[in-house]
Amino acid sequence: MEPAVFADLRSRLPAAAAAGVAHGVLVLELGRDQVVPVMRALKDDFAFDMLLDVTAVDWLPKTPRFEVVWHLYSTTHKARVRVKTRVDEGDAAVDTLSTLYNAARYAERECHDMYGIRFRGNDDLRALLLYEGFVGHPLRKDYPKDGEQPLIPMRDPARPE
Amino acid sequence: MDVTPRTIPIVPSSTRNPALEYLTTKKDEFVGWARKFSLFPYPFVTACCAMEFMAVSSTPYDTDRFGAALPRFSPRQSDLLMVVGTVTHKQAPILRKVYEQMCEPKWVMAFGACATSGGFYQNYAAVAGIDRIVPVDVYVPGCPPRPETVIDAIMQLQDRIARQRHPIVTRNF
Repeated sequence: MEPAVFADLRSRLPAAAAAGVAHGVLVLELGRDQVVPVMRALKDDFAFDMLLDVTAVDWLPKTPRFEVVWHLYSTTHKARVRVKTRVDEGDAAVDTLSTLYNAARYAERECHDMYGIRFRGNDDLRALLLYEGFVGHPLRKDYPKDGEQPLIPMRDPARPE
Repeated sequence: MDVTPRTIPIVPSSTRNPALEYLTTKKDEFVGWARKFSLFPYPFVTACCAMEFMAVSSTPYDTDRFGAALPRFSPRQSDLLMVVGTVTHKQAPILRKVYEQMCEPKWVMAFGACATSGGFYQNYAAVAGIDRIVPVDVYVPGCPPRPETVIDAIMQLQDRIARQRHPIVTRNF
């Protein structure tokens, strides 16, 4: 059964008026500039107090190429909301959510590592899972599968030292 | 009928009968025998193979029987580097440094499919086998390996150590 808060969201939040449900999660597809205001409303007015994840999808060769995805959870309503927005490769940037949720700081760093999405307002987008000097973003579809970037010279196992 | 238990008294042999007071052997055989039963492993444990490493080192399988029971968490005190799990490119410099800090003589075991060949990982993160970082003496197949496989690898390594040359005086000494 659908959580009661979904009907509430559809009637009181204009951005959610036509939102569908996928796998028990309410899906909001928003324009890039709507994300932070809608998130603020979800947090302050609908008790979605937990940011579960920030990630992205690379839809190469479609345009706009990237879809940034946020997952929210409400510990009051026991319900989940997914927020999605599309950004293009040339301007792969969205506003940071770290002003609303502190959990966004690390999740945005990881998303920046893997997809190269910039989060405006997050001043600490240093490599988190990757390392200093890594070139490119490995979860982009055009990153080569065997694109290894060793930090030390690799031995040749066939040649004994 | 004589029912007195027959025991062999442990007494120092008399000075008049010095049999078995001295043994003769070859230096390499003797040192190899000593070294193969005193492997001090350094567990470089990075992934799920750790579960199997715990199984093989605890009571039911018990690597202590092979003298390889006492893990040392300082590379300077160990002579068997057991690389247990996936090694990433981010970790590669650490593994190299640990290997370089170990004193000679030293041996390396690649424990499990990931350490051996990268396993099912072929991507930006994983090193396709730790022999691209350090020389490996024995490879243990399996994902994860059965404890019996690990014990077999220890025994193979022991055979190898027993057959090796063990120079007492090296060019650095």
